[in-house]
Amino acid sequence: MYTWHWDELPQYAPLIAAATARTLQISVVSILLGSVLGVVAGLMRVQPLKPLRFLAAAYVELLRNIPLMLVLYLIYFGAGAFLPVSPFWASALGLSIFEGAYVAEIVRAGIESIDRGQMEAARSLGMSYFQSMLHIVAPQAARRSLPPLTGQFVSLVKDSSLASLVSYEELMLVGRQINSRIFSPFEVFLTIGAIYFAICLVLSLLSRWQEARLARP
Amino acid sequence: MNTEPMVEMRGVSRRFPGGHYGVRGVTLEVQRGETLVIMGPSGSGKSTLLRCVNGLETLDEGEIIIDGMHVNHLTTDWNKVREEVGMVFQGFHLFPNRTALDNLVLPQVVVRKRPVSEAKATALRLLDRVGLGGKESRYPAQLSGGEKQRVAIARSLAMSPKVMLFDEPTSALDPEMILEVLDVMRSLAREGMTMLVVTHEIGFAREVAQRAVFLDAGVLVEAGLARDLIDRPETSRCRAFMQRILRRPEGGIAAWT
Repeated sequence: MYTWHWDELPQYAPLIAAATARTLQISVVSILLGSVLGVVAGLMRVQPLKPLRFLAAAYVELLRNIPLMLVLYLIYFGAGAFLPVSPFWASALGLSIFEGAYVAEIVRAGIESIDRGQMEAARSLGMSYFQSMLHIVAPQAARRSLPPLTGQFVSLVKDSSLASLVSYEELMLVGRQINSRIFSPFEVFLTIGAIYFAICLVLSLLSRWQEARLARP
Repeated sequence: MNTEPMVEMRGVSRRFPGGHYGVRGVTLEVQRGETLVIMGPSGSGKSTLLRCVNGLETLDEGEIIIDGMHVNHLTTDWNKVREEVGMVFQGFHLFPNRTALDNLVLPQVVVRKRPVSEAKATALRLLDRVGLGGKESRYPAQLSGGEKQRVAIARSLAMSPKVMLFDEPTSALDPEMILEVLDVMRSLAREGMTMLVVTHEIGFAREVAQRAVFLDAGVLVEAGLARDLIDRPETSRCRAFMQRILRRPEGGIAAWT
């Protein structure tokens, strides 16, 4: 029979709060960096120059077919052997590169979902490929991509727990540390689970609100 | 006055992946201020030929000269050419996230670098001209098919093109909306716009076009005065085609003339 020991947990509240802040921090940095990477790679996949298209496709396929943990290990233990990489930046870079591949696919799908006639009409009016993409196609694609993008960001928040494996002291790692002191796995991990849940729920609700807002004419 | 043809095609061919020809060896001239109608069965290469003129399709052989510009070279600046060549599509292709006014303003500002106030004035004048005064703040989804196509025509005109290409501009429209679009096109032709029109609207072709060409399987089979080509086709293929479309239950929009 499991005996609950909630009384020991409150003393670790400051530690948990700091870890939550670090989880948020790495998530935000990775979302921003991963989005930049993903948008660039996604645009490269639909533009007419073959070598660039190939490069972007290679990036996407490579990163989508290996585990995130392996990417983190390669950066932290691999590159870390030559370069001074902090746990934070190893995790942030790994997460960004990994998530960027998924964002690229969302961006590509968003652009390809826009009727080809839009690009043709814009080009026919004398706009360059870049102008047509910027003024006509991208704004329409962005609207359609926002909901799946938010979904991807929720995944990223959860994936950030893997940063614990390269000793970045985010929620997951701090949870493990606390548990090894008080041996109350349910109390500790349920609490941490609730924090992840709250962060992701807020993101999901934002996405739902966005969808409703964009559905209006 | 410049008597050079506005558009000249010399032996224009376009092959599709797989090797079959979309258009094969087409030679034809369009004079300044002339309306030329391009007719032919579906899949005959009418649209492909039209799309070659503004570079939406690339030529495999031959050349096209627009107002003295040779446009089939690798060095062709298509953006420059397209500024001078307007295109109206069967499916309108208005920008759905922008109002009718913005559909006209944006390309003027981006491409022609006009100040917004000037672009707006031009846009309002042209919307008024195609009979859409007062509807400038509507989004495309709030317009009927005929209204959308008239916005699309105005959008092309806003760029002050020298040539207008129409790719089956009324084929996606309900019958009662075809007339309003054809009326706009007729007034354009009367004002001296050079127009290449792919259409099955016999009435429009007879009344508005000076000349017509008939394409079949990518080859230019017959060319002549529009009335002659429609009423007295010389080749059997053209004759068979004209008989088929004149027999259409709705009679094309033959009722229109």
